[in-house]
Amino acid sequence: MWDYTDKVMDHFKNPRNVGVLSDADGVGEVGSLACGDALKLMFKLDENGRIQDVRFQTFGCASAIASSSALTELIKGKTLEEAAKVTNQDIAKFLGGLPEQKMHCSVMGKDALLAAIDNYRKGTKAGEKVDVNVVCNCFGVTRQEIERAVRENNLTTVEEVTNYTKAGGGCETCHDDIKEIIAQVIREKAEAARQPKKKKMTNIQRIQMIQETLEREIRPALRKDGGDIELVDVDADQVVVSMRGTCAQCKVANFTLKEVVESKLREFVSDDLRVVEARSLEDAQ
Amino acid sequence: MNVYLDNNATTVTAPEVVEAMQAFWTERYANPSSVHRFGGRLRKVVAGSREQVARLLGASADEIVFTSGGSEANNQAIRGTLEAMAGRKRHIITSRIEHPAVRGVFHYLEKQGYRLTEIPVNRDGDLDLAYLEESITPDTAIVSIMWANNETGVVFPIDKIAEMVKARGAVFHTDAVQVAGKLSIDVRRVPVDLLSISAHKFHGPKGIGALYIRKGTKLTPLIIGGHQEGGKRAGTENVTGIVGMGRAAELAREHLGEETDRVRTLRDKLEQGLLKNCKGAVVNGKHRLPNTLNISFEFIEGESILIMLDELGISASSGSACTSGSLEPSHVLRAMGIPFTLAHGSIRFSLSRFNTEQEIDYVIENMPAIVDRLREISPFVNKSADAFGAPPACDT
Repeated sequence: MWDYTDKVMDHFKNPRNVGVLSDADGVGEVGSLACGDALKLMFKLDENGRIQDVRFQTFGCASAIASSSALTELIKGKTLEEAAKVTNQDIAKFLGGLPEQKMHCSVMGKDALLAAIDNYRKGTKAGEKVDVNVVCNCFGVTRQEIERAVRENNLTTVEEVTNYTKAGGGCETCHDDIKEIIAQVIREKAEAARQPKKKKMTNIQRIQMIQETLEREIRPALRKDGGDIELVDVDADQVVVSMRGTCAQCKVANFTLKEVVESKLREFVSDDLRVVEARSLEDAQ
Repeated sequence: MNVYLDNNATTVTAPEVVEAMQAFWTERYANPSSVHRFGGRLRKVVAGSREQVARLLGASADEIVFTSGGSEANNQAIRGTLEAMAGRKRHIITSRIEHPAVRGVFHYLEKQGYRLTEIPVNRDGDLDLAYLEESITPDTAIVSIMWANNETGVVFPIDKIAEMVKARGAVFHTDAVQVAGKLSIDVRRVPVDLLSISAHKFHGPKGIGALYIRKGTKLTPLIIGGHQEGGKRAGTENVTGIVGMGRAAELAREHLGEETDRVRTLRDKLEQGLLKNCKGAVVNGKHRLPNTLNISFEFIEGESILIMLDELGISASSGSACTSGSLEPSHVLRAMGIPFTLAHGSIRFSLSRFNTEQEIDYVIENMPAIVDRLREISPFVNKSADAFGAPPACDT
């Protein structure tokens, strides 16, 4: 049996915030019965945009249920911006740690949260995500998910990636791809460390840099699938873009295009950028 | 209440066995190979234990080699056979549902260049005998098929299989670790060449097992460097373990009727009680050992069930991915074509003659609440229109 902390056992035996919100503002679903764990997360916002109520349902092992419960406790009362900053490590830390092979349970929590926030902002259906390059076909894990796990948790081996994302835990044919992703993230990190701290830019410089980053990092991949992205406006930290074309929606990928764009812009331009889709702005007005 | 229902993993050491072993920890410590009478008396003790183990199998004592357990016996049987053949035959056959102690050996040998055929099973867990028959060729060195499966308890018609393999000229080994003490074994009736057993599965101590080697079977020893066990297994004898195994074998013969009768009745009661009280429960495997119940609960996950059972003092095991540390559920259940959705929620209850009816009642009483509780948390239950009819659509 696993060595679970008392906190994990407590949140497994007495999970907080279990249930359904029939009038949820955002719903995120990740995982599947076939994968062995799945999480449905629902939240409701108050008039100040803070998470007033949050509920979950989880199919999975003790650490999956405990991670879901911990997540709901961590994000209650937060704004969506604050909530989105909760990492899988925060979840694990809240529980006093998780066994290494169970870290994917905490990652699943973070994925569900992002999916729910996305569902609220963009109206994407729960469980519906943008396909961005599935690396592990057995468990439907995308390149972006692996990159994020590697970056946020400083992973260095395929085994660690499997523990954190499940990627590579089935037929193992993607192990070379995972190695390549790890190497790339390590290279990028080293590069970022070498570069001096980003200088204060004028607004024009900033817009230019955003354009360049979109052109270099995002557009080629999208065009390959017949899609495209257009920069509409930059308002303080808010980058307004519009997505076009056939960016196919994929059921297995947990990562949204918006997240990818945002992470790339934060990486190459500025840490505080937020990406909004033009469509959802119109909806809000 | 503590209820131990994980007897296919290991069993309680019978008090008579502990008693029999006692003196060999302390005053009777001599080396059976020594010339002095102190050692000579131990030699006789080991010979007596060998007789006891031989009797459990219907074998003669000189066909029994003591090993460190089932895994060593399996390794010795398979690798020893191939080494003795010196590469003359390059084809090996096993089933898809073997214990890792056989499966791992075959996968290792495949990497070494042997051609491997793995015989499939059907949804009930039964072996495809026609497939096996077609697979055996003059190049087939060894066929290893377990007598009964550890996870589901499914029993194979090993007499038929052994005859089929022998008629085609290959060596036949069976992993009988789960059968010894649960069903009658008689190598005079079943033409196996090699058969593995392990003491701790039938109320003996851990760390001791045996390989039955039919007279005339050629085998290269795995462990070299001493004359012990007729030169077939070097190393000073684990006298205490051997004595324990001998006594356990004797007890197993005495209690065989109880295993097939009282234990079966208890298992059937548990099975019917759980099927009746828990919705969405399915039994895995059809023709089973009298002590094993492998049962899946839809929409909930095995490790969660196990931990909740554990909280109540009930020890069982699961074929779910999460319990093993791997990401995929049991290879046995997958080979049977049990959907992942059910495999993840599988629980194995394995009984022994030490279980009581009160214990079984306790499990039947408490299981429904565990299942209900986990289904309350599960996102899949309220999703499916017909809650326990058709399972909901899966992504992969």
